[in-house]
Order: sequence, then structure tokens, then C-alpha cells
Amino acid sequence: MAELTMIQALNLALHQEMAADDAMLVLGEDVAQTGGVFRVTQGLKDEFGSERVIDTPLAEASIVGASLGMAVNGCRPVCELQFSGFGYFAMHQLESHAARMRWRSRGRYEVPLVVRMPYGAGVKALEHHSESKEAFFAHVPGLKMVIPSGPRVARGLLVSAIRDPDPVVFFEPKAAYRACKEEVPDEEETVPLGTSRIVREGDDVTLIAYGAMLARTLQAAEQLAEDGIEAEVIDLLTISPLDDSTFTASVRKTGRVVIVHEAHRSFGPAGEVAFRILERSFWWLESPIRRVTGYDVTVPFFAREQAYLPDADRIVRAARTALREE
Amino acid sequence: MPRQDVELGVPLEWLGIVDEQGQVDEELLPDLDDELLVALHRAMVLSRRFDERRLQLQRQGRIGTFAPAIGQEATQLGAISALGEDDWFVPSYRETPMSLWRGTPLWAVLLYDAGYNEGAEPPEGNKDLPIAVPVSSQVPHAAGIGYAARLRDTGEVVLVSFGDGATSEGDFHEGANFAAVHEAPVVLLCQNNQYAISTPLEQQMGSQTIVQKAASYGIPGIRVDGNDLLAVHVAAAEAVERARSGDGPTLIEAVTYRLSVHTTADDPSTYRDEQEEERWREKDPIERFRRYLVDRVAMAEGDVDGLEDEVAERIDEAWEQAEQRMAELGDPVDMFDHVYAERPAYLEQQRDAFQAERGEGGDDG
Repeated sequence: MAELTMIQALNLALHQEMAADDAMLVLGEDVAQTGGVFRVTQGLKDEFGSERVIDTPLAEASIVGASLGMAVNGCRPVCELQFSGFGYFAMHQLESHAARMRWRSRGRYEVPLVVRMPYGAGVKALEHHSESKEAFFAHVPGLKMVIPSGPRVARGLLVSAIRDPDPVVFFEPKAAYRACKEEVPDEEETVPLGTSRIVREGDDVTLIAYGAMLARTLQAAEQLAEDGIEAEVIDLLTISPLDDSTFTASVRKTGRVVIVHEAHRSFGPAGEVAFRILERSFWWLESPIRRVTGYDVTVPFFAREQAYLPDADRIVRAARTALREE
Repeated sequence: MPRQDVELGVPLEWLGIVDEQGQVDEELLPDLDDELLVALHRAMVLSRRFDERRLQLQRQGRIGTFAPAIGQEATQLGAISALGEDDWFVPSYRETPMSLWRGTPLWAVLLYDAGYNEGAEPPEGNKDLPIAVPVSSQVPHAAGIGYAARLRDTGEVVLVSFGDGATSEGDFHEGANFAAVHEAPVVLLCQNNQYAISTPLEQQMGSQTIVQKAASYGIPGIRVDGNDLLAVHVAAAEAVERARSGDGPTLIEAVTYRLSVHTTADDPSTYRDEQEEERWREKDPIERFRRYLVDRVAMAEGDVDGLEDEVAERIDEAWEQAEQRMAELGDPVDMFDHVYAERPAYLEQQRDAFQAERGEGGDDG
């Protein structure tokens, strides 16, 4: 057991899975020689060689497209796109092919592929380095969309993603990369895809978040607790396939819900979560569902990015509104 | 500091073996078994007649839109016959002659044309990817399959096919570059049929040829008479050999012509004239190869002509099989299959709701 940042935890997962499975490959821009711009793949080339840890040409569509070919021909590629803001170059490879190959070939070909992309605002980066467009990928049948919030679940989710027989888009919250350390066991640990978890228990209001917004949501829960309001906090972990059983049980207990994400509001994941609550738990609701999200504007340059992002105060205000309304 | 030509370091060649008049360049003639030559001729005729029949079926409303390969049979069969059974084939959407040669049954093609996903499932044991509709998007797949083949030391080669328009797309460039950088065992076959739907080559690219693009990837390129089956076969066999021996990819530009429509939704008379089509009809690849066969392989004209009845019968049978299969596949609940290895809970619910709605008119909540 060691105290690791999310970067170190992801690196541990990659090391252990590469050691366990000769078919696993890591590829992307600058992933081998330098260990990636965030150093998530550091040390892999030295241990596993440049045939399995590949610095590719600077071309996202072929990173994902070639990975698909590798997957079809017996490998388990884990590719890195440097920032999710450049993931659109590969969108057609994900939507048109990776997501469809099993379906198109009637199960004959599988694409056990992981596409890792750092996402999200809060690290004072350039334009195109701060987006949170998980809805693009979560909308595609055949893809899975996973977003860890902290080091330990990041490791467990990445191991599950690598072993999954279907293509997984794995968003890594840049803002949480080095924000904290957590105990991560040396021995194998997995977190199943398609499950969410209760991070904090409470009876008064349900706060649903994921990724970098989980930390801010927990802060909000602590602030609410100072006033005697006990919030239950749920970490979604997998955006698609979405686990609705955990939040269904919580909502039926609390009757009040706030959904938090840094993605734009309109057509964002909160809409899907809210609708599932309406479908299954409408009669348990005590007040309208609230959401605290990024605004429907392009993420501002970094001088103003914090104004764009949900913070604990906004979440607290939304929770208080949800508690006040009948 | 002289000013001089830049040395590109890659060979770019032209190859033709049997010309339009049936003249043969004896020195370039490959040593192929008569049996293979006869089989290739048979496959060309089958492909042509199959496309013609499918055009009829489409007009009768029995199948949907498809892309015929009429005029491109020599390019396709010359190339695919150079590939081993254990190699990979990555098609675009106009490769019916190649798919048939690789073992896809006629009825499966018809099933696909009639709108059934099951027609895209590759036959057992065959290493073909299903049809890729988005132009050039399959080229990077070939690079990756080739990379994996080399890494896993399987000895496999990958042949990927695409058209002239595809070379304008980013994925062609990215895939060719990836394959070249990693010396993946890939054969890049460009079927230059002169038009991307209505857009002629000169509006598609500033370069004089497609083969010259090979130089930008640092790989050998060869431009062949795509209506000369033997020339295409020789070029492809060399490229396959080069790939298999670890020397990386080759770009083949097969210069041919789409004698028919782009797809059944297309009307070529809006963008090209009949004289041009007529000039290319005179270069028909099947007729040229037939003359060569009769001259060289001691086939009688009668043997060749006898093919027609046999081919027509096979196509009739295939349509019967396809219709039978369609009747068996009537249940649209199959659309919920193969989305993921395991169906997630919400999809199971949608499937159940779909079934219930059909059964008793419920809602899809």
C-alpha cells in the first residue's frame, strides 16, 4: 500500500497490466520516450520496449484507427490522446468504427481498446485544453465512457477498462491528476465498469457528481454538514453504461437531488441522470431536481475558467434551494 | 551551396503487361498456373454478371443501394489473388469481386444489399474486415492490423483497398504514414477509377498521379494498368512479398475506370460524356483477359462462353438462398444484439419494452 497521486495510480495500472498480458500495448504522441505530457506512461518503454510502448506520428485518427486494427488482430491497445480537445480528430474512428465493429461484424470482431484522454478545466491551460465533452462519447452506442475522480478508483477503473472486451473512452481529470494522494494497494484491485459508488452517506439531499467535480461536491457536503444538513454524495464513475440503481435508491431516501458536472449544461449528462430519476423515482421527489454545471459557453481562457466551473458555494446554494422547495 | 534536385529515394514505376490489343510483353509475363488464370477469368465474369443482376434487383426494389465494380474487375481480382488465405483484407465499399474471391458467399452480399446486418459478418475463418463506408477510414485499421501481425510474428500481410477520392481524406494520409513509419506489412491498393462520384481526378488533387504520393511516405509506389489483370497481379504479388519479408508498405495505383454508376443512386450522364465511357469500354478488362486466355492457355472460345450459363445459375441460386435467409431473419429484435459483449441493464430494458410493445402495444418507457 502506497500513497499515490492519480498519475502514479494510473501508471501502476498500466505497468501491472502490461506485465500480466503480453498482448497489451500503449501508444500515442510522446508516450514512450517522455512518458506522455503528464507522465502517466512514464517508465513503460524501459520496462516493456518500444515495440509495445509506441511513440506514434502526431495524428489522432490513426492512433485510434490503428489501435482498432491492433485490437482486431489480437492486441489490447491502450492509446493516449494528449488532450480531449484534440479527441475530435479521432471522433469518426470511435463513432464509425470502434463502437460498431462488434455490431457490424455480428460479434465476429471485438475491439478491446482503451482511449485515454485528459479532460477538464482548472489547470490554467491553453484553449482546447479545458473541455469536458463526455456527452459526445456517452451518446454513442457501443462505446463505454468512464471518468475517475481520485487515485484509487482511477487505478481500479483503468484495469477494468483494459480488460473490457469493448472500446472504452477513459477521461482523466487533469485537475485531479496531482491534487491529492490516496492509499492505493499494490495488489490487484478493480472497480467494475457500469457501477457508481456512495462516497458519503446522508439522508437529507443526494449530490451526484463525477471526475474533478467530486472533490468540490464533497466540500459542499462538508459545508452543508456544518448546518446540520447531511448530504449523500454519489460518484458516478461510469457515464455510460450509466448505473442508475445507486442513485435511484439514494433519491428514494432523500427525495432531493443536485447533479453536478463541469460539462456544459444543455444536453449534458445531468439531463440523462435527471430523466432517469423522473422515470423511476418521480413519486419520491420532494422538490425539483437541480443541476450545477458549466455554462453553455466555450470554456473561457484560464483567467476566467474558475468562474465557469461549478464550485462548492454554487453546489451548496443549489442544495439549499432543493431543500427549501416543496 | 548548390541548387539541385532533391533525391526522394523511393522507386516509382509504371507497369503494363497485356495491352488493349492483346499484345503481351513476354519479359514481364508472370509464371502463373493455367488453373489460376482460368479461375480468375471465371471470377471476373461472375463479378460482372452479379453486378448486372444486382442492378436489376435494385431497380425492382428487391435490394437497396449498392456500389457496383463494373470495369474494375481486373484491378480487384489481380490484386486479391496475390494475397494468401491467412492474410488480411480490409475493404472499402466497392470490393464485391475481392470479397467473393476471399470466400464471401453471393447470398451474403445480397443479404447486405437487402439491408440485413448479417450480410456483413465475415465467413468463418476468413480474415476480412466488414465493408467500411466512410471513405478512407479503413486505411488506419490496416496499419494497426499490420503492426499487430509484425509484433505477434504471425507472418500475415494486410491488403487495404480504397479509391482515388480516398487519397484526399486525412485518414488515407494518416494510415499510410503510420504504416510507413512502423514498416507495417501493408499493401495500399488505390483503385483509381477516375471519379469520386462526379468529381474527376483533376479536381480531386493537384498531383499528376496518385502513385507519387508514395514518395511522401518514403515507400515504393507502382502505377499499373488497372484493366490488365496480370499487371495488377504482378504489382500486388511484389508488394505482398515486400511486406511479408519485413520491408514495409507499398502503394499501388491501379488506373482503371468505373464503367457503371457510383452507386445505384447516381447518374453518370450528368458529369461525363458517352464518348469517354465508350473509350474505356474498349479497354474492358474482361474482354482483354479473355482474348489472352484463348490465345495462351489453350482454352477454346466455347469453354469461355459456357461460363455464362453456369454463372447465371449460381446467381439464381444465391438469390433463392438470400430470400430464404431473409425470411429466417425477419425479427428486428436482433438489433439489440452485439452492441456490447454483455447487454447493459438499460439496453435490456429497452429490448424488453420493444418486445412488450410489439406484443401488446405498451409504451417504451
